[in-house]
Parts: sequence; C-alpha cells; structure tokens
Amino acid sequence: MNLLAPKATEHANQLAAHGLRLRYGDRLIVDGLDLALPGGAVTALVGPNACGKSTLLRGLARLLDPAAGTVTLDGADLNRMPARALARRLGLLPQQPVTPEAITVEALVRLGRYPHQRLLSPWSAADQAAVEAALDRTGTAELRDQPVDQLSGGQRQRAWIALTLAQDTELLLLDEPTTFLDLRHQLDVLDLVARLHRELGRTVVMVLHDLGQAARYADHLVVLHAGQLAAAGPPAEVLDAALVERVFEVPCRVIPDPETGTPLVIPRARVHS
Amino acid sequence: MLRIDPAASTAPAQRPLAARQTLLLCLGLCVLLLCLALSLALGSRSVPLSTVFDALSGAGRHADPDVQVVTGLRVPRTVLGLVVGAALGAAGAIAQGATRNPLASPTTLGVNAGASFAVVTAIYVLRLTRPVEYVWFAVAGAALAACAAHAMARRSGDLDPTRLALGGTVLATVLTSWTSALMLASRRTLDEARFWLVGSLDGRGLEVLTPVLPLLLLGLVLAIAVTPALNALALGDEAAQALGVPVARIRATAGLAVVLLAAGAVAVAGPIAFVGLAAPHLCRQLLGNDHRVLLPGCLIGGPILLLAADVLGRLVIRPAELEVGIVTAFLGAPLLAVLARRTTR
Repeated sequence: MNLLAPKATEHANQLAAHGLRLRYGDRLIVDGLDLALPGGAVTALVGPNACGKSTLLRGLARLLDPAAGTVTLDGADLNRMPARALARRLGLLPQQPVTPEAITVEALVRLGRYPHQRLLSPWSAADQAAVEAALDRTGTAELRDQPVDQLSGGQRQRAWIALTLAQDTELLLLDEPTTFLDLRHQLDVLDLVARLHRELGRTVVMVLHDLGQAARYADHLVVLHAGQLAAAGPPAEVLDAALVERVFEVPCRVIPDPETGTPLVIPRARVHS
Repeated sequence: MLRIDPAASTAPAQRPLAARQTLLLCLGLCVLLLCLALSLALGSRSVPLSTVFDALSGAGRHADPDVQVVTGLRVPRTVLGLVVGAALGAAGAIAQGATRNPLASPTTLGVNAGASFAVVTAIYVLRLTRPVEYVWFAVAGAALAACAAHAMARRSGDLDPTRLALGGTVLATVLTSWTSALMLASRRTLDEARFWLVGSLDGRGLEVLTPVLPLLLLGLVLAIAVTPALNALALGDEAAQALGVPVARIRATAGLAVVLLAAGAVAVAGPIAFVGLAAPHLCRQLLGNDHRVLLPGCLIGGPILLLAADVLGRLVIRPAELEVGIVTAFLGAPLLAVLARRTTR
C-alpha cells in the first residue's frame, strides 16, 4: 500500500501574502509584504540574519497572527480555516522543536497523525500505513524503536521530517532544516526534500542559509531584506552579484555551479591589512 | 541515498509494549487492592483480614468493636484515600503535561496553597467548622492561584514552563506565609484549621465527598478529553499548533481540570504534598510518555501512594498516628531532590 502516492492536483497549493505585517510585541518584523509562492514547487526563503524569513514562515503557517494584511491558501483566508483542517493541508517543521524525553522514533512519527484523529477514534490501518510510509521514505524505519534524544543530528532531523510526512499534507514548510547538520547530512535532508517534491508532488517552502544550496534545490527563490521583499523568482534569474551585495553586503561574483549550472555565489577575497 | 547505521537497528517492540502497559496497569490494580485491604485492616487497633471481609459483607456482629472500627472509621478513611489519591495523581499528570514541566504539580503551581489560604480565610471570617463547608472556598482559592501563576508565566503570549513553576513556587510561599499569619492572629482559626492544613484522611465521614464528587468527575472528564492533545503539546507549542492543536484552549481546559481535581482533593483532605508530583513520575518510568496510558496509571498510582503513606502513618508511632500529609512530605522531599537532580542532568 502506498498511501503517500502523488496526489491528484485538486488543490493548487498556492500560499500568498497580501499586505502582510508581522510583529512580535512592538517590534515590526515583516512590513507590508505582497508575495505569491508557486504551488507544486520548491521555494527557498533566503536572506541575512534577522531579515524576517523565519517570522514570515511562521506567518505563512498561521503560527503568528498578522498585525495587518492576510495570508491565503488557494485564495482562502488562512485565519478563517479551522485548525485541524489547516493541519491536514499544511505541515510545518519548526527550527527547534522539543523532543519529549525518551520518546521513540515511531511514537514521535505517530503524533503526526493527530489532525486526522478524533477523540476516542481508534488508531486505524490508514494511520499505521501513513506512519510506515513516512518511516520508509525518510529511512528511519530501522530506527523506529530508538529514543529520539539518542539519535545523531541527521537522524533526528529525518525523524522529525517523518512526523510532518505522516501528517500527510500537500504543503510542507521547513524552518532551516539543515542548520546544525554537517555537509553530508545537509545534503541527505535536501535530497529527501527534492524527492518528496519530485515523487510525491509535495509543495515545499523552506528557509535556507546557504545560497548555493538554495539555488540548487529550489525552483523558486524568495530573497528578504529587512522585512521587505528584495527579489523573487527562479534562482537563475534572481540571484546575481548586485542582489547579493545589496542584501548581504558582501561583494561577490556569481558563477555557474560546475556541477549543476545553477548560480553559485563566490565572495570576493577581502584585503587583509 | 540515505544511509542507516546497521548497529542502530533493533527488533520491533510496538506490540509487546502495549501488552506490557496492560500488564502493568493490571499489576497496579492488584497492588491498589492490597493497599485498600491493608488500609482497612491496619491501624492502632489491627483487625484480622477475615473480620474485615465479614464487616464488609455485613456478616460480622455489629457489637464487635473490630467490626465497628472497620465500617465506622476505616471504610470512610480508605474511600477518601482512594478518591483523593486518584484526584491528586491525575491532577499531577495533567499539570506536568500541560506545562511541559516535570516538576509541575498542584503543590508547585501554588494551587494547593491558594485553596488552603482561601479555606483558612473563610474559617477566620465566616467561622466555618466543617470540611463540607470548605469546598467552594477551596475551589475559588485554587482557581485564583492557578490564574495568578499562569499570568506570571506568560511571556509575549507564550507560556514559559520554567517561569510557571518558579511563579507557582513563589506564589505558594507567599500564600503559605499569609495562611500562617492568619492562624497566628486567631487562636480559634488555628484550632479549627491546623489538622485540616496538615493533610489528613482521618475523622471525616463519607458525606464530605458529596459536594466535591461532581467537581472531581468533571475534572476527570476534562482531563481525559485533553490527553491526546497533551501528547502533541509535548513537541512544543509551535509544533503542536502546526499539528492543529488549539494550544491556548487545550491549556485552559487542562488548567481547569487541574484546579477542579486539586481543589476537590484539598477540600476533602487538606493540602497533601508530593502525591501529585510523585505519581506521574513513577508511572512515566513504568508506562512511558503517552498521556492516554499515563492518566489511568496515575489514577491507580496516586491512591497507592496515598494509602500506603496513610497506613505507614498509622503504624510508625502506634498507638498514636502521624497525619498522612506529614508522611507524604517526609517521603516526598527526598524524592523531589532525586527528581530535580535527574531533570537537570
């Protein structure tokens, strides 16, 4: 049984922000953003530290209520959707989720079925099938009885991705899924994301730090700068030396990646005096 | 390709785990039955178990002093221990789950102290004399204390578990000192409240249960209703929200359940420390983290701890008795120290 088969495109899965303002207390983080993220694509949110990319992701997942403006999913206002209904369409992996003490990988992944269950409804065959498929997809099936807090960083991240996968949503939002991982595990996670997109048709929105990786793995790049949209579009069209210099304040050259041909940012050598 | 460390793979243990939990719950029930029997039989006047059974079945002679002790004193005391222990155990499990803080309990959140202060104030002002009259004051005090602790723990909209425990402890200290001040100011209040305040199952008839039973049942229903959400809440507020958990509503419901359960228990037996803290910890060691199993476990484990402490209190300085609140505090303090060490490690 393959429950996580590619889905018929009944939804366009297009997230959009309209005049979106997000604030923490008195601090305005995102100021008047208009943005449409293509459905059925992998979008990378990039920008310097504190530019508001994680905040924007939280706003797009309704973890943060807009101070002004709206977020829509296929035209419907996110803030008017019931929590469970939204959780069946959109899954989010927070940057630093809390791992409950001594929880096993399978028990963690089973929690992903929460929005599909009702009080007193028993654990169904469909629930178990979704969990098995998520474990298989992420290569964590062999780790199912291990406590999550004893896994390596890369294994733990895959277990958490399995949880969001068991949630069985067409949209996946990932907040810095590669931070704290070494290069091999970063690539493992990104390859996994690419396969989820290619083979299962998932729409992915992720916050990334590495511009080269973002250009390699994303179909659509959103560059934020100080809470404003600096640029958006296919990486090859958007990412150039002028943009990087303006947004990151780093003089650089942008050359084609020798492996993939996608843009690769090379910072210029600094003169040390 | 994703690679998996071959040494990391183990045999699936999902089914045996569920079987193990069922077995442990049954075992717990047996231990609870044993505690109930001991509570009926042991005390300053020990009664043989055969006489206990005779008394319970109505076969014993009513003139027999042993039978009178069992039916008149021990049965109410044991039933109260069962109910109060279950309420405290459940309150502790829900409090720890809702706050994600392993040191949360009706005592550390200030709920017990709030109920105590309200009751002692009522005794002072309104000249109450019977535990039946304490109930609503205990509920009001517990609810106010819970709201105050909650208000102190909010930071930019999110609940900070550490601040909640700290705020609750500060609140408990302040309320306890106010309670002491009231008792020192009024001799009559001191006399009326001191045995209740220590925490005791002795000298109360079953009729004290009547007004609290609806509260306890409502608290239990709410507690059962939030258990699946508490499992998701263990992943952090953000991850839980992303799974469709209405975090604020679940936490308010859980808080109400804790207040009702703890206030009911306090109204009956006075503030009894550590059962609400210890029962969830012991159950978690044995049964794991799933609140749907943990809650029934605590409904069994709480009364086991309370009844065992009560029986112990009757035996250590026979023929006199130690109040159960003193015994639990005595046994619970070292336990808290061990738990605090383990959580910080």
